[in-house]
Amino acid sequence: MVNTSKKKGLPRLLLDLKKCWQLYVLFILPLAYVIIFKYIPMYGAQIAFKDYKFTLGIGGSPWAGFKHFERFFKSHEFWNLMKNTLGISIYNLVAGFPFPIILAILLNYARSTKFKKTVQMVTYAPYFISTVVMVSMILQFLSPRVGIINIMRELLGLEAINFMAVPEYFKSIYVWSGIWQGTGYGAIIYLAALAGIDPTLHEAAIVDGANKLQRIRHIDLPGIMPTAVILLILNTGQILNTGFEKILLMQNPMNMRTSEVIDTFVYQVGLASQTVNYSYPTAVGLFKSVVNLFLIAVVNKIAERLGGSTLW
Amino acid sequence: MVEMKSGAAKKAVGRKKIKEPFADRIFDIVNTLLLTLILMIVLYPLIYVVSSSFSSSKAVVSGEVWLWPVGWDLEGYEAVFNHKGIGSGFFNSFLYMVTGTFINVTLTILAAYPLSRKDFVGRNIWMFVFVFTMMFSGGLIPYYLLVRDLGMLDTRWAMIIPNAMAVWNVILTRTFFQVTIPDELLEASQLDGCSDFRFVWSVVIPLSASIIAVNTLFYAVGHWNSYFDALIFLRNHKLYPLQIILRDILIQNEIDAAQLSMYDVRDAMAREALKVRLKYSLIVVASVPVLAIYPFVQQHFVKGVMIGSIKG
Repeated sequence: MVNTSKKKGLPRLLLDLKKCWQLYVLFILPLAYVIIFKYIPMYGAQIAFKDYKFTLGIGGSPWAGFKHFERFFKSHEFWNLMKNTLGISIYNLVAGFPFPIILAILLNYARSTKFKKTVQMVTYAPYFISTVVMVSMILQFLSPRVGIINIMRELLGLEAINFMAVPEYFKSIYVWSGIWQGTGYGAIIYLAALAGIDPTLHEAAIVDGANKLQRIRHIDLPGIMPTAVILLILNTGQILNTGFEKILLMQNPMNMRTSEVIDTFVYQVGLASQTVNYSYPTAVGLFKSVVNLFLIAVVNKIAERLGGSTLW
Repeated sequence: MVEMKSGAAKKAVGRKKIKEPFADRIFDIVNTLLLTLILMIVLYPLIYVVSSSFSSSKAVVSGEVWLWPVGWDLEGYEAVFNHKGIGSGFFNSFLYMVTGTFINVTLTILAAYPLSRKDFVGRNIWMFVFVFTMMFSGGLIPYYLLVRDLGMLDTRWAMIIPNAMAVWNVILTRTFFQVTIPDELLEASQLDGCSDFRFVWSVVIPLSASIIAVNTLFYAVGHWNSYFDALIFLRNHKLYPLQIILRDILIQNEIDAAQLSMYDVRDAMAREALKVRLKYSLIVVASVPVLAIYPFVQQHFVKGVMIGSIKG
C-alpha cells in the first residue's frame, strides 16, 4: 500500500487512480445512479426560477426570477402551511421523544428475559405495517358508525364523533398513531446505548445501596443522554419534513385546514391538480429544501459545540 | 423450572450481602405492570383487526366484537379473494419487491465497498457527493419530470429504477465493511495477486452475509409497503402494486358494488357491514406476508439499527 513513487501532483494522482481502476469499475454504476436520480433533479429545480413550458423543456424555458417565490410568500396559504408543518413536526418531536426512552429503560430492567423479548418483539412489529394499512386502521377505528372508539363512546352515553372531519383533532391523531407505531423501533437504539453503559457503574451503585430508580436517574439517563441529544438534533434538522405519505392519506376536504403541509401542498398543486403548473410547486419545494439544508448545517454546528459528536 | 430455580439460587448467593431494597421490589412490580400495559396497548388493535375479520357482519357493526371473533365467518376473506385487482396487486408487488431488492442490494454493495477502501482515490469527494443527497434534494416535481423525460411513466421500470439504491444503506454497509473486513486480509490477498473484483466476490461477499440480510430486509419491506411512487408514476391499473389497490379500497372507499352482489346482501346495512369486514380482512391479508416473516428476521433489523448507530 505504500506508494514508493517519487512523482508529485497530477502524475502521482493518475498513478493512484490507475491502481484502483477496478474499484472505479465497481463504483461507476452506483455513481451514475446518484448523479442521474439525485443531481439531475437538483439541476431541474431551476424551473423554480422559470416559467416552465413543456415544449421548451427545463433548459429552454424563459427565466422568471423570484416570481414564484414571491407569489408563495404573499399567498394566503403560506402562513397556514408553515403553521401546520411546524405544528405537526414540533408536536411529533416533543410528544414522541420520551416514549422510546421510557420503553427502553423499562425493558432494560425487566426481570424475565422471555417477557422482555416478547414485549420487544410485539412493540417493534407495528413498524412494519405499511402506511396505507396504518391509515386505514385509523379510519376504521375512528369511523363514526362502525369504529370501535365511537362504539365505546356510545356505550358510555357519549355522542359519536366523526374524528377525521374535525380539523382540531388531526394533529393528535397523526402524532399518537405514530407513537403507537414507532415507539418499539425507536427504543432499539436506546437499548443499544443502555447496553453500552459500563456495568461497573451499576455494581458500584448497588454496593453503595442505590435502588433501581436512583440508578436510572444517576447512571442510565446520563448514559443515554448523548444518544438522545444527537437524535433530537437530527430530528430538529428534519423539522420541515413531515411524514407526508401518511398525511396525504389522512387528508380529506373536512380536515384540510389543519392537514395541509408543505409536502402535500407541492403534490396537490403540482401532480394532483388538473391544471399543469410545475414551476410554482417546484419553488415551494425548493424553499423547503433550502431551509432544511440550513437547519441541518446549524444543528450540526450546535452538536459539534456540545460534545464534539457531529452527525457525519 | 429446574433451570430457573438454580438460576434464582445463584442470584441469591450472589446478592447475599446486599439485601434488595424494598423500593426495588415495588419498582419491579410497577415495571412489569407498565410493560404489560404497553404490550396490551400495542397488541389490542392488532388482535381487534384480526378478530373483526373473522367475525360475522352483524357482530362487527353492532360492536359485539371486543377481543375474540364473534360468530365465525369467512365471508370477508371470500370477498377479498374475489375482488378484482387484488390478485394482480399481489403479483405486481411481489415482482417489484424481488427485482427491486436484487438491484438495490447489488448497487449498495458496489457503492459501499470502494467507499470503504482507504486507497480509493477520491473517496472523500464521492462520500460527500453521496451524503449531500441526504441533506438536499431537488424536490418532488423535478424528480417526477426526470422520470417522465426518461420515458418511464406508466411502465414497470418506474417502480424499480428510480429507487435503485438508498444512500443511507450505502453508508450503513460501508461502515460494516470498514469494521469487519480487516486490512490485513486485503493486503495478504493483494500479495497473492488477487484482483479487487475477485476479492469482493470471494472474500467480501462471503463475509458479509449479515449485512446483506439486513439490506435485503430493509429494501424488501420498503418495496412491499411503498405506495407513493406508484401513485404518481402509474396510471395503468394492470401495473398497480398492492398498496395502491389497498388505498383505493381502504381509504378512497372505492369498492365495486357489483363485486359484492354475489353475496346475499340485499339491504344497504348488510352491504355496509360486508364492506367493513372486507376491509378488516384485507388489512390482515396485506400485512401477513411481512408480519409472518418478521419474528424470524427481527434480529437482523435490530442489528441494522445497531450498525447504523456506529459512526462511519
